[in-house]
Amino acid sequence: MNQRVTDYLLYLDGVSVAFDGFKAINSLALTIMPGEMRAIIGPNGAGKTTMMDIITGKTKPDDGDVIFNGSVDLTQLDEADIANLGIGRKFQKPTVFEMHTVEDNIRLALKADRRVFTTLFWKDSAGEREKVNRILATIRLEHLREANAANLSHGQKQWLEIGMLLAQDPKLLLVDEPVAGMTDAETEATAHLLKEIARDHSVLVVEHDMAFVRELGVKVTVLHEGAVLAEGPLDVVSANSRVIEVYLGR
Amino acid sequence: MHLDWKTPVQLWFRAGFQALLFALFLGILAGSPAKAGPLEDAVPLFAADSFADTAKALDLVAASGAAHAGPMLEALVDRRLFVSADKKLFFKDKAGLAFDGLSGEKLAAEPAGGAMVRINNRLRGAIDTAVGRLTLQAPDPVKRRAAAEAVYKTRAPESEEALTAALKVEKVAAIKDIQQMALAAIVATAPGKADIDRLSAIEILRDRGDRDALTPLNSIPESASADVKAAAKAAAVDINQRLALWSGVQNAWYGISLGSVLLLAAIGLAITFGVMGIINMAHGEMVMIGAYTTFLIQEVIRQKYPALFDYSLAIAIPLSFLVAGLVGIAIERLVIRHLYGRPLETLLATWGISLILQQAVRTLFGPTNREVGAPAYMSGSFKVGLIDITYGRVWIVGFALVVFFAVLALLRFTPLGLQMRAVTQNRRMAASMGIRTARVDALTFGLGSGIAGLAGVALSQIDNVSPNLGQSYIIDSFMVVVFGGVGNLWGTLVAALSLGIANKFLEPFAGAVLGKIALLVFIILFIQKRPRGLFALKGRAIEQ
Amino acid sequence: MISQAILARLDGRGRIFLGVILAALVAVPVLNMLVPVGSPFHVPTWLVSLMGKYLCFAILALALDLVWGYCGILSLGHGAFFALGGYAIGMYLMRQIGPRGVYGNPILPDFMVFLNYKELPWFWYGFDFFPFAALMVFLAPGILAFVFGWFAFRSRVTGVYLSIITQALTYALMLAFFRNDMGFGGNNGLTDFKDILGFSVQAPGTRLALFVATLLALAASYLFARAVVTSKAGKVLVAVRDAESRTRFLGFRVERYKLFVFVASAMMAGLAGALYVPQVGIINPSEFQPGNSIEVVIWVAVGGRGTLVGAAIGAILVNLAKTTFTTGALAPYWLFALGALFVLTTLLMPKGVIGTYAAWREKRREKLALAANAAATPAE
Repeated sequence: MNQRVTDYLLYLDGVSVAFDGFKAINSLALTIMPGEMRAIIGPNGAGKTTMMDIITGKTKPDDGDVIFNGSVDLTQLDEADIANLGIGRKFQKPTVFEMHTVEDNIRLALKADRRVFTTLFWKDSAGEREKVNRILATIRLEHLREANAANLSHGQKQWLEIGMLLAQDPKLLLVDEPVAGMTDAETEATAHLLKEIARDHSVLVVEHDMAFVRELGVKVTVLHEGAVLAEGPLDVVSANSRVIEVYLGR
Repeated sequence: MHLDWKTPVQLWFRAGFQALLFALFLGILAGSPAKAGPLEDAVPLFAADSFADTAKALDLVAASGAAHAGPMLEALVDRRLFVSADKKLFFKDKAGLAFDGLSGEKLAAEPAGGAMVRINNRLRGAIDTAVGRLTLQAPDPVKRRAAAEAVYKTRAPESEEALTAALKVEKVAAIKDIQQMALAAIVATAPGKADIDRLSAIEILRDRGDRDALTPLNSIPESASADVKAAAKAAAVDINQRLALWSGVQNAWYGISLGSVLLLAAIGLAITFGVMGIINMAHGEMVMIGAYTTFLIQEVIRQKYPALFDYSLAIAIPLSFLVAGLVGIAIERLVIRHLYGRPLETLLATWGISLILQQAVRTLFGPTNREVGAPAYMSGSFKVGLIDITYGRVWIVGFALVVFFAVLALLRFTPLGLQMRAVTQNRRMAASMGIRTARVDALTFGLGSGIAGLAGVALSQIDNVSPNLGQSYIIDSFMVVVFGGVGNLWGTLVAALSLGIANKFLEPFAGAVLGKIALLVFIILFIQKRPRGLFALKGRAIEQ
Repeated sequence: MISQAILARLDGRGRIFLGVILAALVAVPVLNMLVPVGSPFHVPTWLVSLMGKYLCFAILALALDLVWGYCGILSLGHGAFFALGGYAIGMYLMRQIGPRGVYGNPILPDFMVFLNYKELPWFWYGFDFFPFAALMVFLAPGILAFVFGWFAFRSRVTGVYLSIITQALTYALMLAFFRNDMGFGGNNGLTDFKDILGFSVQAPGTRLALFVATLLALAASYLFARAVVTSKAGKVLVAVRDAESRTRFLGFRVERYKLFVFVASAMMAGLAGALYVPQVGIINPSEFQPGNSIEVVIWVAVGGRGTLVGAAIGAILVNLAKTTFTTGALAPYWLFALGALFVLTTLLMPKGVIGTYAAWREKRREKLALAANAAATPAE
């Protein structure tokens, strides 16, 4: 069972899913190597979010293989299992726990035993405090540690969510439009942060902002109508006539 | 005619049966004019004071069709028939008043020298037959039918002749049927019949047999041949199968009828909950308001315009829709509007409204049940095969379907329907296209409430109109909508009918209460398996 | 040590709450037993029982607040758990009657003799033994909640759907308990109790003891609920309430957290029911009425959802109002008042008494802090 089928960290092949006859994902193939960072671009409705839903177990594909870490069939698992395997996800719309403080948001995300009775009798520890402090420093929210997440600005919420991803310490991060609604300076800082994260994690970024994708400087996959249209360095991809036609515009 | 008196018990039975027939009969013939002829001929025969002549005379009386023939024959049995000294026929009623034997008119005084017409046991039997024939051929079809049915049940062999006579002249097919069945029952069970006659009788019983046909088939006399007994047994098996089939049909009909009630109660909810996503716990009270509106309208009509009574429901339909709809719009504008996007709070607030509405109605109309009458065209029933179907239920099933398709058409083909769908699918987009979403919300909610009011009109016909009327439907309605799939009117239709039918099929096995519990448990489990109902929409947008 | 650990988990509100309970624990027995009957300070036994009844409702409200306020599960069926706890203790009390019933049967309760039962149904075994009955007070509602929750939460039935099926659950149970052949006394339920643990349920001493037990149970329930919500698990519950799927993507098994809190809450409700029945002297199927369960929701809403103390206060306030209304000339207007309470609370005071007060204080503190800042700035 645990035999490694592939060397890829994430391996999608022939994945299809239809909603009421509409094929949101159509025989999609995609592979991510361990330690790789990949940008996914594509027009609205290309199936980017649905692809993330499939990887994280929110949507079950009608057909196809989704293999994580060489041997784990993700289609058989639910969201919590997949998260505990080491796949973290940041949503398109920043979703943090608004009624909790910034610190509690990070603490909840922190890699730990997630069972009911261990959390019920959980005790604070120096090691944990240390980790939280480090993450808060990374996402530059130390001064807002005690603030309710509801009171953060949009950009701060995006960062908090990235911080929560870091706290989870996953093998693979799925990041959906991390710079939507950010100022240019914030966008640049976010790109910097992601690159830093990518040093010891695999990252899959979905983004519309071409400047940001260029900033990341990684391999790009273009999705269109639920399938891969082109793949390669951004310069190559953006020269592809089909990509220009369906996405970039002439 | 061969009479075969055996026991006093049989005599007793006969006396009772006879009294029954007379009783039926007394009412019927009163009023029809006396004819001259047979009665005049009968007088000398009665006067002859011989049993044979008396027998002839009573046949004449029976054949006369006179209004007082029945009472007169009854008087004969009770020894109250006399021939006076001047050979006039007269009889007395139980109170002792004298009546003319020819005209049936009351006499001022009892004629002098009356000699009683004597009878013996043999004559008694003949009188019974005569009476049976009289009733079996009574002018009123209702009485004829009752008489034929009575013979069918008793299978008294001495009715055979009367029955055969009646069959010859009967014009109404339905009554003729019953008479044939009765005849067959007699032939099958009476002693001393030929096998061939019995076999054809059994065939008749089998072909048109209902539950009552089982009794004669199970009472084939010991003396009958093995063939006959076997045929009777086979026929009984046939009939039992048919009965099972018809009881299935009956359950299905009751189920459809219950389902249509559920459908009526649920359509409004399918709009407010299914389409708009509003949990309206006061939905049942909208139904109640519809029922009370019907009650009020009928009261006014009863007191001011009694001639319009048969139209009261037709008048109530638009008015109940309006009243409940307006109350609904008021609730939406005053309360629900402020709670959009907070379904649990909406649930609580509307529950509060339901309490207020219930108590308001209780204060205005009192806590007791109010009666809403049924117009003539909704009372009575007809028979299909072996089951009775009441007109009231047929109207309700029809009404539910009409309302359902009207709503479907309204949502699909009218501008309001288009706007409603637009607003529920994408409120912001609809607003930016110039749709006045607030108005559409109010109208949609008003529509759902108005339809609940229509349900109230129908429910006033089959349920108690009381302040608690709505409460008994609210959980059922929610179950129907959730089971059918939220936002899907067809799902509501299928769910209502299938829950109604399932309920009625469970009832014979489990009893009404356990059947209902079983269904609730089933739905609870079902929702967990398919949280979005039978006809759920699938897709990313739905889950968010 | 332990008391310090407990105090550390309390906020100011909780300390006041426990203080009041402690005060009542001392004051009520004194005012009932030691102060002479004629004195204006005397608390008559009927009042003790009435307060005991309110406290049971307060425990029930706490239970509901735990699931609704902290985990977003709006149960419209908590009355069922309450009633099951009540039936469990009611069965014990029935068995204690022994041969003193109208029919004098030493084993079978009167209603069974009346309904021609020949022997005790198997599910009545053991209920003559108090520890067993006490265990069932928790187990009966707990198991029902576990089975129901297991299916519901695993299939991700949430929001109003869950509310509607919890309502259907209590409705189905009501229909079932109304049946005579269920063996729970049908329509009339269980009543005519004589003794509890050897003491007459009518005796003033017993009534006072029951009141004290209820106070202690309320304190214990509050401390338990407080311990849950202040733990990390409590934070997960709030996370589930506010962003369920996010919590799942963090790797928490949401259905297990929900199941835990739902079962714990059902057991609390069962405890409340068990304390309620000996004090009011009857338990019958009307306790399962869906309306009763919804009323519990309004207690919590009035007091303040997600505040625990608020739920308890709301239960007492609303029931005080109910008693005042329904025992006087205002009786016909009670349902108007209750209905209006539902509407007005949700429209005007969604945070309830406690929540509104807390928000008001918070705002004032912020304003003061701002003013202080403004005053401090020029000095720098």
